[in-house]
Amino acid sequence: MLKPTAIVGQVILYGAFAAFIGYFATSPKYRQIPDDVALIKLSISHLGERECRKRSPEELAKMPPNMRAPMDCPRERSDIRLEVDLDGQPVFHTVMHPTGLYKDGVSTVYKRFEVKAGDHRVTVRMNDNLVKPGFNFVKEEAIKLKPGQVMVIDFNPDKGGLFFK
Amino acid sequence: MSFHAALRKGVKSVFLRFEEALDAPFGGEDNPLRHLGAIGLYLLWIVVGSGLYLYTVLDTGIDAVYNSIGYLSLEQWYLGGVLRSLHRYAADGFMLVMMLHLLREWCYGRYFGFRLYSWMTGVPLLWLAYIAGIGGYWIVWDQLAQLSAIATTELLDWLPIFSEPAARNFMAPDSINDRFFTMLVFIHLGVPLLLILGLWAHVHRISHVDYLPSRRVMLNTFAVLLLISLFAPALSNPPADLASVPGELGFDWFILFIHPLTDLTSPAVVWSLLFVLTALLFALPLLPHPRPDPVAVVDAANCTGCNRCLADCPYAAIAMEAHPQRPGLKLAVVDPDLCAACGICAGSCPSSTPFRRRKTLITGIDMPQQPVNALREQLEQALSRLEGGCRIVVFGCARGADVKPLAAADTMVIPLLCTGMLPPSFVEYALRCGADGVLLSTCRESACEFRLGDRWTRRRLQGEREPHLRRTVPISRLQVVAASSHDRTELAEALADFRTRLESQVDSDDRLQPYLRRSPHHA
Repeated sequence: MLKPTAIVGQVILYGAFAAFIGYFATSPKYRQIPDDVALIKLSISHLGERECRKRSPEELAKMPPNMRAPMDCPRERSDIRLEVDLDGQPVFHTVMHPTGLYKDGVSTVYKRFEVKAGDHRVTVRMNDNLVKPGFNFVKEEAIKLKPGQVMVIDFNPDKGGLFFK
Repeated sequence: MSFHAALRKGVKSVFLRFEEALDAPFGGEDNPLRHLGAIGLYLLWIVVGSGLYLYTVLDTGIDAVYNSIGYLSLEQWYLGGVLRSLHRYAADGFMLVMMLHLLREWCYGRYFGFRLYSWMTGVPLLWLAYIAGIGGYWIVWDQLAQLSAIATTELLDWLPIFSEPAARNFMAPDSINDRFFTMLVFIHLGVPLLLILGLWAHVHRISHVDYLPSRRVMLNTFAVLLLISLFAPALSNPPADLASVPGELGFDWFILFIHPLTDLTSPAVVWSLLFVLTALLFALPLLPHPRPDPVAVVDAANCTGCNRCLADCPYAAIAMEAHPQRPGLKLAVVDPDLCAACGICAGSCPSSTPFRRRKTLITGIDMPQQPVNALREQLEQALSRLEGGCRIVVFGCARGADVKPLAAADTMVIPLLCTGMLPPSFVEYALRCGADGVLLSTCRESACEFRLGDRWTRRRLQGEREPHLRRTVPISRLQVVAASSHDRTELAEALADFRTRLESQVDSDDRLQPYLRRSPHHA
């Protein structure tokens, strides 16, 4: 038979256990970003171009007839150069390398930027064939971000290249 | 002393104080800190039981999952809502108990030698528990699920395991489809199943496992969880919207703490922390630690194959095999890797009775560092030297309260590896060979270093387990005291009280007939 003091002690300790579990299961509250901030997510997954070379007639003549492809395209993909400016200031630049043992996979980037909500000007430049100078894809747009909004910068060649959503 | 040893000692000191303080309200059998493993398993069964119901009513689909869980919490709050809350709070409780269990076993130094297997199989369970817990939050697919899913995949993307960032799956509202939830449900079922399998392996090499705590602890714990479920039911946040970042959210710090930690530091820091901590846990047994004590030794000529050592061994270190010399009989075989050198087997062996007349008492299974024969000789010699009107023999666990300071002209003390190694017949032997009383100092209830020493000792003395103390032994001349290393004063007081009681019954007729051992000619 438990003594009254033991019963009181158990009630207190079980109560403390309940309070501990109940409190830390929901509190303190957590906010990932301040309430006046929006998020820009840069996420691109793209196959770089391949450095194709046109075979000469002599080369083609030496090849078996069934293998005389006019273009010699190696397996490796080009690195991809990417630059992001926000309000005219460079905020990110990288060279994305193709994945895979033979460097024949996609090049990817994932980056998040916390920016103050409001009006901004975003410029993204991308070159997916580094043999050629400059950038073959450029997207520049004025955007208006609400607090807590997520804007994604992505790339899809079927949608005309770089796009914001 | 190394930094690790000093840290461990300091934490152990604090933990032990807390643990012993809980003996006052709970008693040893219900002391939650002594049954963390069993309480953890009990909480896991609550999680599994409530989860099975949730699984049957959950619709898998982006909107369907949110709506079906919301229906449970709001419309069917009395059943589905309560079970959902029990599921969450029991999971939180499991995490808490699991970490306390880890802390206790570490600070008590229970990670090497015969405990190595349990330690090594326990470490991966930490990962499985957190994977299952985090995955469980995703299923609801509310804003907290969104935060956790994105934060987890961003964390995973730091590792070079995906060719494309996994976080791309959560870029926009149209990025995910209903099949994602089907997969999630299977993960949330599969990982806990692995966890249960791992738990089976974790306790595989110990015997008499406490799969559940005492009935009172179970009822009280369930009542506590039920109360929290009723007063603070688990509810969903607004539905996930991948086009925006969730605002302020109620946060489960037991399971999801890793996300704020990542936000505060970086994925590199978090992964480094996780891998280093895991590696340290695995490497702990490699650190210098005391040499193992000699393990139990079987004497084939005296082993009768009775199975009692097999039944009593707390670590399943004993197996029975065919006796090499006696056809039809069995022989105990000790696995040295599993033997804890506690001597409980020697205490269980019927051949360990000191009443055997052989000059040298060789028992079926014995401890080289404290053989039963040496124990009998020590007892006989000390009894012959005891003086005074009330002579008391004190047997004490070497890991409990120190009994040596109790030695006096009328009091002899014999420290034991564990009180479980004392055959009950030694109590009768001491009383019949001149002692007026026997005091047995065990560890506190359920606090035995070897799990079962105090339990077997009590049951043997109460006649509930073999070898039992004969009923003819006057129970008034036996005093059992549960005392830890901090209880020296209490032990001394218990001895003084016992002496006073014995002296008050000096004229009683409950004395046993004296016994004089004579060696037979062939001994």
